[in-house]
Amino acid sequence: MNRALTLLRRRLIGSIFVLLIVVVGTFLLLEAAPGDAVDAYIVSTGGDAGMIELLRHRWGLDQSELTRLANYLWALLHLDLGQSVTFSRPIRDVILERLPNTLLLMVSATALSFGLGSALGIYAGARPGSFRDRFLSIGSLALYAVPGFWLGLVLSVVFAVDLRWLPIGGIETLASDKTGLDRAADIAIHLVLPVSALGFIYLALYLRMMRAGMAEVWRQDFVLAARAKGLSRRRIVLAHVARNALLPLVTMLGLQSAQMLGGSVVIESVFSVPGLGRLAQEAVASRDTPLLLGIILTSAVLVIVINLLVDIAYAFLDPRVGASEARA
Amino acid sequence: MSPLRRFLRAPEAVAGAILLAALIAMALSASLLFPGDPQAIAGPALLPPFQDWSLPLGTDRLGRNVLAELFHGARTSLAVGLAAAAAALVVGAVIGTLAGFAGGLVDEVLMRITDAFQTVPSFLLALAFVSVVGPSLGVVVIAIALGTWTGPSRVARAEVLSIRERDYVAGARVIGMHPMAIAFREVLPNALPPVLAMSSVIVAAAILTEAALSFLGLGDPNRVTWGGMISEGRTVLRTAPFLSIVPGIALVLTVLGVYLAGEGIVETTAVRRGLS
Repeated sequence: MNRALTLLRRRLIGSIFVLLIVVVGTFLLLEAAPGDAVDAYIVSTGGDAGMIELLRHRWGLDQSELTRLANYLWALLHLDLGQSVTFSRPIRDVILERLPNTLLLMVSATALSFGLGSALGIYAGARPGSFRDRFLSIGSLALYAVPGFWLGLVLSVVFAVDLRWLPIGGIETLASDKTGLDRAADIAIHLVLPVSALGFIYLALYLRMMRAGMAEVWRQDFVLAARAKGLSRRRIVLAHVARNALLPLVTMLGLQSAQMLGGSVVIESVFSVPGLGRLAQEAVASRDTPLLLGIILTSAVLVIVINLLVDIAYAFLDPRVGASEARA
Repeated sequence: MSPLRRFLRAPEAVAGAILLAALIAMALSASLLFPGDPQAIAGPALLPPFQDWSLPLGTDRLGRNVLAELFHGARTSLAVGLAAAAAALVVGAVIGTLAGFAGGLVDEVLMRITDAFQTVPSFLLALAFVSVVGPSLGVVVIAIALGTWTGPSRVARAEVLSIRERDYVAGARVIGMHPMAIAFREVLPNALPPVLAMSSVIVAAAILTEAALSFLGLGDPNRVTWGGMISEGRTVLRTAPFLSIVPGIALVLTVLGVYLAGEGIVETTAVRRGLS
């Protein structure tokens, strides 16, 4: 427990620096964007030059860049991401409203890709070089080559347009008064297609990693020892080979979270899921740069938190890693 | 056995090479076979494929020749994929070498910057960059490279860390070579193989990212892109799904070709290094 705490503290300190760099980066992008908050405001409300001058002064936009960066940081410390012009609401509120949908999508897609991917990887890696191994490894490579948004479109043509088995988009049936389990079932049905589209792309990654990891472990002496003890092949595969090959996949889970957030942008726009990704696309379409950068900051925080959790989980799963990290 | 013969013995690698060769042929012959603007109207709108042999794959919602668009789209995909991957590899290798060779504070700062870039979802970063600077081919290339240089940078740094302790680096120090010269003339070239081994994955990822960006309407508006074609076809998905499906298949085959050929090259050269 002590070990995990030391690890957590080290990672937290590192994360603060990383987050600071991300904040400065987003600030620079915000500065580079043509027009500022006042321009955006004036476009939507109208006003003369005097009004523009007054607003610039009131919002502190006439100060030096360094002062503005300090103001930006100060506001962020108070969890204030500014005002969205398109929604006429605080950016924080808009993001918090959409976040649960994206989290639901990400967690489900991760469960699908990790669960099915590692299971198929074990199945393929149990008999290296066999027909099923070759078939699954080529099949997964092909799957890896499929663009997520296109897979989403094809799935929706087949299952929503032609077969009419599943809804074509959205997160739940609009204007329905479903509650409790009914509502949960409704959301689940709406999520089948987007989760499949997002999850299947990353499934290939876990399958390939699992298979490659198992190929490494097969060569180790303890596998030979397990064989010499006369253990059944099934037991060797599951309890010795797969178990040891599973650890790197846990690390990948954290690293992939950023990719998955990026992937959810296109998937959410294909299936009109009102989440963070779709919000990012709306922000781009309406040129709402502060909103877009707020989403980027939120995603960065999310990725850092997920990776911290994965690190902690890892320290518990593999005693060697935590020990060396804590000593360093 | 020469690496080429070994490459030719692997069926996956050969299939990948054929796919890639076909794609390059498409890209190079695009303006020869389909001169003029591929975005010009060529016939009646929404003509299904295999009806009129002057328009083999039919026409889209605006009556544009789908086959011509497909050929010109190959050009954009390939150009953006290769340029973005090259930029990412060069920037990554240079930053990784600097970090690994200099060590200390330089290393710490460069690696925290790398961490920051890896923390932000690369697709969101590309989206923000294109949306702030404005879509054009060059901007799309930079946007994609911004999110992909971190992988090569980490690999290069790890390689450099092991190389900088070798005897020939100590020798170069002894004869008074400038540290920068040692880093870039002695260390970097030797750290390159594992970095270059990543190139197929990076090219493939760059092609997919470009497609996703143009699918969301952030590609260069003056060029035909496969992602843009898929997005165009989406409006008539119910009546003419082939308009979205055909460019998607082209994308899958392209990325698959890059993966297979790349993996074939890495495997054959790795075996060769293992034998020697």
